[in-house]
Amino acid sequence: MKTDIILAGVGGQGILSIAAVIGWAAIDSRLYIKQAEIHGMSQRGGAVYSHLRLSDAPVASDLIPTGKANVILSVEPMEALRYLPYLSGNGWVVTNTRPFVNIDNYPDAVSLTAQLEALDKRILVNADELATRCGNSKAANMVMLGAAVPFLGIDVGQVETAVRNIFERKGNAMVDLNVNALHEGYTTAQQQMSLRSANPPAS
Amino acid sequence: MQKRLLLGDEVIAQGAIDAGLSGIYAYPGTPSTEIMEYIQTSEEAWGKKIHCRWSANEKTAMEAALGMSYCGKRAMACMKHVGMNVAADAFINSAVTGVNGGLLVVVADDPSMHSSQNEQDSRFYGQFALIPVLEPSNQQEAYDMTFYGFDISEKLELPVLMRITTRMAHSRTGVRLREKRRQNELRLPANPRQYVLLPAIARQQYQKLLHQQPVIEQEAGSSGYDAFIDGTDPSLGIIACGIAYNYLTENFAGNVCPHPVVKLSQYPVPAELIRTITGKCNKILVLEEGYPLVEAQLAGLIPHPGLKICGRLDGTLPRAGELTPDIVAAALGLAKPADRPAPAIVVPRPPALCKGCGHTDMFHVLNEAMKDYPPGCVFSDIGCYTLGALPPHLAINSCVDMGASITMAKGAADSGLSPSIAVIGDSTFTHSGMTGLLDVILENTPVVVVISDNLTTGMTGGQPSSASGAIEKICLGLGLPEERLKVLVPLKKYQTENVSVLKESIAYAGTSVVVFRRECVQTAARRVRSAGKQ
Repeated sequence: MKTDIILAGVGGQGILSIAAVIGWAAIDSRLYIKQAEIHGMSQRGGAVYSHLRLSDAPVASDLIPTGKANVILSVEPMEALRYLPYLSGNGWVVTNTRPFVNIDNYPDAVSLTAQLEALDKRILVNADELATRCGNSKAANMVMLGAAVPFLGIDVGQVETAVRNIFERKGNAMVDLNVNALHEGYTTAQQQMSLRSANPPAS
Repeated sequence: MQKRLLLGDEVIAQGAIDAGLSGIYAYPGTPSTEIMEYIQTSEEAWGKKIHCRWSANEKTAMEAALGMSYCGKRAMACMKHVGMNVAADAFINSAVTGVNGGLLVVVADDPSMHSSQNEQDSRFYGQFALIPVLEPSNQQEAYDMTFYGFDISEKLELPVLMRITTRMAHSRTGVRLREKRRQNELRLPANPRQYVLLPAIARQQYQKLLHQQPVIEQEAGSSGYDAFIDGTDPSLGIIACGIAYNYLTENFAGNVCPHPVVKLSQYPVPAELIRTITGKCNKILVLEEGYPLVEAQLAGLIPHPGLKICGRLDGTLPRAGELTPDIVAAALGLAKPADRPAPAIVVPRPPALCKGCGHTDMFHVLNEAMKDYPPGCVFSDIGCYTLGALPPHLAINSCVDMGASITMAKGAADSGLSPSIAVIGDSTFTHSGMTGLLDVILENTPVVVVISDNLTTGMTGGQPSSASGAIEKICLGLGLPEERLKVLVPLKKYQTENVSVLKESIAYAGTSVVVFRRECVQTAARRVRSAGKQ
């Protein structure tokens, strides 16, 4: 078992919380893990990413080589596309579709959607909307984590336990919110996958 | 055995706690900040009364760590690579005095300049100081090396440098912890004269340091951190330093490299290991993060017949920037996967000042006050406000080193530039701005020093600032006349009056200080959140 994941988003969107949950679940599942992240200046509203590697054998490099990632998990749609050079030929893109616009030259909605829809293996989720339905749009990162669970190689129950542990000190309401968000994302991804397998794209 | 998921920085912090640390001294700087932060938030460290307050700068940190070592206790000084330039005087001389309690200096380099103004390689500082240098290749090694570093520091009675880079500092992995050790008791040095570097004593101490050099090299050859790993294909031999070893093995099935390899994690380079690999291979590829230190040592000035040295100097690897598995694969001539470029609609998303940031309002005032003057009159410094160099502000013209805004503005004013403005943050001001301000005040040089005070060390994540509550007293204490000190609140509603105060200071033919003070929005939000929890 070996899963290489690129986590992507904008500073402040909570990708390090996603990484913390996966890390916890991986250690609990007795997997080897390396997770490289970016701190410092780029966190100020800039593009941020993390390389997360899970394996049942020791992991060498802290960085994922280009063309080797199994999953791009992004909390922001343009940021998902930024890291396509890292994605392997049969890798999945799991992304939030809600843009985070803090620059003047952000691409227009039509071209952005076209690029996302052109991806062969994709899970597209309006995570902000689903998180709001769970009670708070700030849980969008956990919705996205849930949507990526089918591709991680870790059982959803293990991930839920990790969410409970990570958010424990923030109180029961926060635990429930984030667990619900996780399952909301997970269910959405499974629905999209079964729809796709029932109606495979024409090739 | 316990296994915990920790950042490289945190691993070193936990290792130091477990190895019997008594005090850590540091100034925040990416990618080193989390070493101190981990100890500050560790209940275990508080229980053991480990000293863990931030220092005013890296030099004061290094000196305080040396003072703790003088008393026989284990001390650590941590900084980013450019902080080493600030600490260098104390660092180099600590190798001449030698140490008593174990002294570990941890420096985090930032190749590719993710959050820095250069990518200097701290291994050169270790070589320059003639002391052992450790460069862990993974987090477990970094943990173990904190124990080992304190051990050899006490055995050789020398400071030890641990050099890490961004990807080691900021990568998380599971680490097995060891049995904990007690701290040392207070015990003054047997020979306190060794710390008195009068020329006569310094010459003796320096001779002692020189005589230790073969021992330091033997230590590197026998510790096990440097190793020769034989391979089946001697057409190429590889020397891989620190984390470059991982980028090498990443490229081979089962992480096993078919070529003979020297893995280097401790310096000075053991000559015996180099002789072993050059005895087997006529072509050597040197993989190292940062500058070509080992490669240049090997290549020397005159050619070695029958031996080809490849690396950053001969163009096999890029001369600048961090290594990656891809760059190493290309140097090995391995096939790369098909390109899958990002679509053209993807545009850069550079960092920006936060919404509501006080620096933004300060720049609005500054730009308005300066609009009738030609561009090029504003010098600045290192912090979030350096982003004022970018659109939309385009307000500042320099960012060189901590505190340089004030002294560069002085030199410019001395050259006849008028007006000459310095923009500096509060934490940078107490780090290295105060002495420069003294120079300016002593000559009443016509410089306006703008101190943009957000009451924190913002860019590194909001650590307490030594300047908080002290700026006015410092300026007046340095001799600034009271009427030349103004304190403003950078808010849109005060724009007009703030502009007129700044304009008045600019028009004055002498030194003025204008403090813009408003709490960082990030630390303010955190304060409100934690108050809500209590």
